Amino acid sequence: MARIQLKDLRKSYGNAHVIKGVDIDIEDGEFCVFVGPSGCGKSTLLRMIAGLEDITSGSLTIAERRVNDLPPAQRGVAMVFQSYAIFPHMTVRENVAFGLTIAGASKAEKAAKVAEAARILQMEHLLDRRPSQLSGGQRQRVAIGRAIVRQPKVFLFDEPLSNLDAALRMDMRMEIGKLHKALGATMIYVTHDQVEAMTLADKIVVLKDGQVMQIGTPMELYQNPANLFVAGFLGAPSMNFLKVTVQAVNGNTALVSNAALDPVEVSTRSASFKAGDAAILGLRPQYLSIAEAPGRLQGTVALTERLGAETMVEVKLKDDSSLIAALPQDVVFPVGAQVAFDFAADKAHLFAAP
Amino acid sequence: MISADTQGLRLATRYAVLVLIALIFVFPLVFMVMSSLKPDQQLLQDSGSLRAFLPVGDISLDNYAAAFQRAPVWTFVFNSVLITGVTVVLSLVVCSAAGFAFVFVRWKGRETLLAILLATLILPFETIAIPLLLMAANLPWLGLDGISWGWMNSYRIQIVPFIADGLTVFLFVQYFKDLPGELIEAARVEGASWAQIYRKVVMPLSGPILATAAILKFLVMYNQYLWPLMVTQEEGYRPVMVGLQYFFQLNVAWGEVMAYLSLITVPVLAFYLYLQKSFIASIASTGVKG
Ligand SMILES: Nc1ncnc2c1ncn2[C@@H]1O[C@H](COP(=O)(O)OP(=O)(O)OP(=O)(O)O)[C@@H](O)[C@H]1O
Ligand SMILES: [Mg+2]
Repeated sequence: MARIQLKDLRKSYGNAHVIKGVDIDIEDGEFCVFVGPSGCGKSTLLRMIAGLEDITSGSLTIAERRVNDLPPAQRGVAMVFQSYAIFPHMTVRENVAFGLTIAGASKAEKAAKVAEAARILQMEHLLDRRPSQLSGGQRQRVAIGRAIVRQPKVFLFDEPLSNLDAALRMDMRMEIGKLHKALGATMIYVTHDQVEAMTLADKIVVLKDGQVMQIGTPMELYQNPANLFVAGFLGAPSMNFLKVTVQAVNGNTALVSNAALDPVEVSTRSASFKAGDAAILGLRPQYLSIAEAPGRLQGTVALTERLGAETMVEVKLKDDSSLIAALPQDVVFPVGAQVAFDFAADKAHLFAAP
Repeated sequence: MISADTQGLRLATRYAVLVLIALIFVFPLVFMVMSSLKPDQQLLQDSGSLRAFLPVGDISLDNYAAAFQRAPVWTFVFNSVLITGVTVVLSLVVCSAAGFAFVFVRWKGRETLLAILLATLILPFETIAIPLLLMAANLPWLGLDGISWGWMNSYRIQIVPFIADGLTVFLFVQYFKDLPGELIEAARVEGASWAQIYRKVVMPLSGPILATAAILKFLVMYNQYLWPLMVTQEEGYRPVMVGLQYFFQLNVAWGEVMAYLSLITVPVLAFYLYLQKSFIASIASTGVKG
């Protein structure tokens, strides 16, 4: 079975250390998403798994087999590239059948498998076209088709949807999700779109500067971010961060406050604090609600944006920091209005100040 | 805004300029062919006037007959076409494979080797002609009747030294660098070997550069003079440019020279027309942009 294990994986280009010791365990059949800001090493890591990039040190096993030094072809993986990378001089049919042709498959086998892939991806009518006669979304289907005909145990996707427009991206995202269920293969998917990460993943790996920040299910990361980076990276709009001071610690809870925030008792989770520490209180915009004055937080409305389903309100707090709240659609405030917010203390996150 | 009139005028000017340029290139050819049909005396008289470009006066194929008398024209043309053709084909294969290895395959020392190869671009052939000659004179060859020594007076001596050259490799290297690397990576992940990637992915996308390299090589090879002069003493292996000497002995017969030149120009034109067709076809079929 195609379980993938990365142990202390490292990659350097000369003196530039791009991947700095990564440990990830991906179960068979799992949909694993690598997310992180641009340049954090997502593609490099994926290409190391594919065999397109040498591994400087560490070990990589696919299906219980150490593959560090195997060429891409022998790793049993298929890859879909951001630029699609379909061969411009071949028809769609030839493109999809490429891996089979290389493997020396018979005509009948090729025809059957290409037909099956075309059916799954609904592109039967495109088979005799050339890539230059296809739209971006259709090209991406061809690239996926080429990956699935060989029935590999592992699929690697490097930002496959980033060249598509928003509507098409949503369609294709759902199709990739369905494909994963239908094929049951292990998939690794690189993106910097957190919606793709949240919706597709069984497991998300958040990367920054070539290091793993946190690994977990989408909801674990959303509800229980291990650090400020993960907290700020997942969720839209981003989590609000308030600088607070710890007033008192009581077991697993701490009493915190600042100039704009009345003292509130929040869970410290695993971090340890002591009275007088500076800390960061994280509040997701969605968990803020309008309070009858006085409320826990007071401020002045600086900007409102009505998105239809909800209204985003940017508020300037008394200590001059600002905060964004996601409120129901019928809530409207003029700029300059005084508002007060409440939040459930168990939805707040306390982080050590950096 | 540009009115239809000025636009028409621009178009007319553009065509006029193009026609003029075309004429500048065509006139020498016309002059050559027309002169080949005239006796020497008339040829020299006409050459000062527009008559030089017209088939007027005493027109005949006598010069051609005389040219065939004077030199084994077909042997020279055959030799040149053979040597040029074989060299062009082998050169495209060898140099494109070398370019492929330099660009796509990672191996120790490739940067250094490429640098050395490119450095050879600045060496004029004349500087290596003599050492090459000394080497060639002593090379072994396994022929039908066993091992023999020395490559002088053969086709191979005119072909082998010109198969691989820095310029052609450099052309391929530059072209391959611009091919999308992900295409090659995709082929690798799909299980293709380097040889398969070369044959099935890179070569089919290389039409334009193959045509360019072929034209450049063709010109160099068809115009070879110094080297074949050095290495062939037997008429049977000599190419067209060496054959031209036959017409400059004692008294120069200009009409025959022109007849000979007209004859040896035919393969060049044929090659150009052929390449032009396949060149355009290759661009149309790849249509990489989308
Ligand atoms: N050949 C190379 N030599 C030196 N540094 C490199 C090389 N290739 C990549 N890098 C560096 O490695 C880092 C990670 O690159 P990578 O392409 O993996 O980022 P990424 O997370 O995929 O970013 P993006 O979201 O923009 O695609 C970058 O800082 C990049 O500059
Ligand atoms: Mg990337």
